[in-house]
Amino acid sequence: MSADHLFVLGATHHTAPMAVREKLSIDAEGAEALRRELAAMTGLREFTVVSTCNRIEFYGVAATPETAADVQARFCARQHFTLAEFEQFRLSLSGPDAVRHLLEVTAGLDSQMLGETEILGQVKEAYGAAQAKGHTGAVLNRVFQKAFQAAKHVRSNTAITEGQVSIANVAVELAVNIFGQLSEARVCLLGAGDIGEKTAKAFQSRGAGSLTVANRGFERALQLATELGASAMPYDQREARLSEFDVVVCATSAPETIVSRDATAAAMRKRPARPLFFIDLALPRDVDATVASLQNVFLYNLDDLAKIAEENRVARTAEIGKCRELITTRADALWRQVEPRLAAAAGGNHVADQRPESA
Amino acid sequence: MFAGLTDRSWLWLAGECYLVGLLLGTWTLLRGNRQSNTVINTIITVGYFFQVIGLMLRGRAVAGCPLGNTFEIFQFTAWSAISLYLVVGVTFRLSLLGYFTSCLAAAVTLVSLSIPAWDATRRAHIFGGNPWIELHAAIALFSYGVFALVALTSVMYLLRNFSLKQKQLRGFFTFLPSIMDLDHMSLRLLFVGVILLTISLAVGSVYWLRDLQSVNLTKLFLTVAVWLAYAIALGLRLRGRLIAQRFAWVGIILFGCALFSLWPVDASRHAPTSHTQAASR
Repeated sequence: MSADHLFVLGATHHTAPMAVREKLSIDAEGAEALRRELAAMTGLREFTVVSTCNRIEFYGVAATPETAADVQARFCARQHFTLAEFEQFRLSLSGPDAVRHLLEVTAGLDSQMLGETEILGQVKEAYGAAQAKGHTGAVLNRVFQKAFQAAKHVRSNTAITEGQVSIANVAVELAVNIFGQLSEARVCLLGAGDIGEKTAKAFQSRGAGSLTVANRGFERALQLATELGASAMPYDQREARLSEFDVVVCATSAPETIVSRDATAAAMRKRPARPLFFIDLALPRDVDATVASLQNVFLYNLDDLAKIAEENRVARTAEIGKCRELITTRADALWRQVEPRLAAAAGGNHVADQRPESA
Repeated sequence: MFAGLTDRSWLWLAGECYLVGLLLGTWTLLRGNRQSNTVINTIITVGYFFQVIGLMLRGRAVAGCPLGNTFEIFQFTAWSAISLYLVVGVTFRLSLLGYFTSCLAAAVTLVSLSIPAWDATRRAHIFGGNPWIELHAAIALFSYGVFALVALTSVMYLLRNFSLKQKQLRGFFTFLPSIMDLDHMSLRLLFVGVILLTISLAVGSVYWLRDLQSVNLTKLFLTVAVWLAYAIALGLRLRGRLIAQRFAWVGIILFGCALFSLWPVDASRHAPTSHTQAASR
């Protein structure tokens, strides 16, 4: 009897453009239906479906290579995709390459935003769901658990996750460097545009104490404040109430500065020991550049943030070699452990036989 | 002697531990890695343990608190700073404070050990057999240890402030704590230091009032000046008049002044009456 096959099949942002990924994406209901269908397949002994905005991947243990092709056919049929078209954008790996791929995915090496950590949680969630339904067995349990350990090892021993690489997150990281915990930080958003909104949301996601929105049009400020669960402030009070805030995100389209040095100095006299952090995302700039020379005032503009994000991205890229070295060592060791299990599993049952109630 | 080693040998071991902390921390930072709090705290704790043995041996030999010469004063000050760090560092987990503390402790202990003249002689019966005077001196020097930590957090504050103002955020600067955390820590430590020094002076003043000739005027002036300077700095900080970089610079400069004031204070006491070697045995 020949050994079972470990495979990964799917499409990612590396292999398929966004338009194709959109067609391939499955909602929760569709994913559940697909899982039921796969669980009923003969010859598919174990499987896990990882579905994120940048990837749809099927990790499986099959009795024959044809089973993987069958999985592909069923997925394409469900998504109304022709096999020929799917094969143009397909990711298909097996054996040790599939193991290495999973380790790279969990470590964030395969992510669009290199080194991001969200993917680890997403893979853990996918694996947890599959395990709970009995879709995983000796092989995938070992592979996924070791992949999570490898991801932690890579993150701890390299700088792949150091520094933020998006403008909004860089701004939040800087605020953390100034205030430590953000739970007491009062954030003011001047301007209700897209980039300001994203930055404000990034602050909220990191637990900022409060958020106040001011915009030239008060209606829009009120609308955004309601959406974000924040409060709105009349635009013309921005300088008078400056001392009430710790972080001021400026993202208006005003043709000249809207926060002056005098107003900032006056605000600092009211709260001298507490720093004031300006994030000026506007072009032309919203904040008088000379406020940066005031004691306890920190000013970062769009160029500064972009430069930091780029430096962090370059630094992460420089870590790729080191990460791959660590991953290769672990993937090789893992494959040596998995191979005998695949051989042993060849005599076992497929998912449907193991857990008929989950099918 | 304890386990076949003299007090100085134990103190050398302590200094070497702190040096290992410094070197390991520097190596880790140069490699761009975050320093493990567990590793640095273990190294410092081992060094502290050796230092406690060394100071206990010296204390038993001189039958009192070992504050009889410059060497002992420096060792005691470093011990105080480490004692406080082991509470503050573990409780507040300020990144890199352990590294900076090991730098300071290594410098103070190894320099004092490397200058034999500082430990060649010591003054006997400097406390006149009075445990309250001994307590006064011990608390005063402990407060200097606290001020040493204020200076360290101030240095860290200035580095963090520099990195944020100059937009240099990579490398070593990545690992520094936040501006606010450092500022709060400096303020808390300064508060503790001033309280300790106040208690020390209050205890000392009771005996000085009974016998005005017992205290040299130079010592009195310098001790009160140090206390007053720190108390004024604390008052100004609490009123928001001395903040940010200026507060940090004052923390560093005052500690330098306090440290240098120990020489005239020490020299102003009674003439040397015993040799350390004899005392150690």
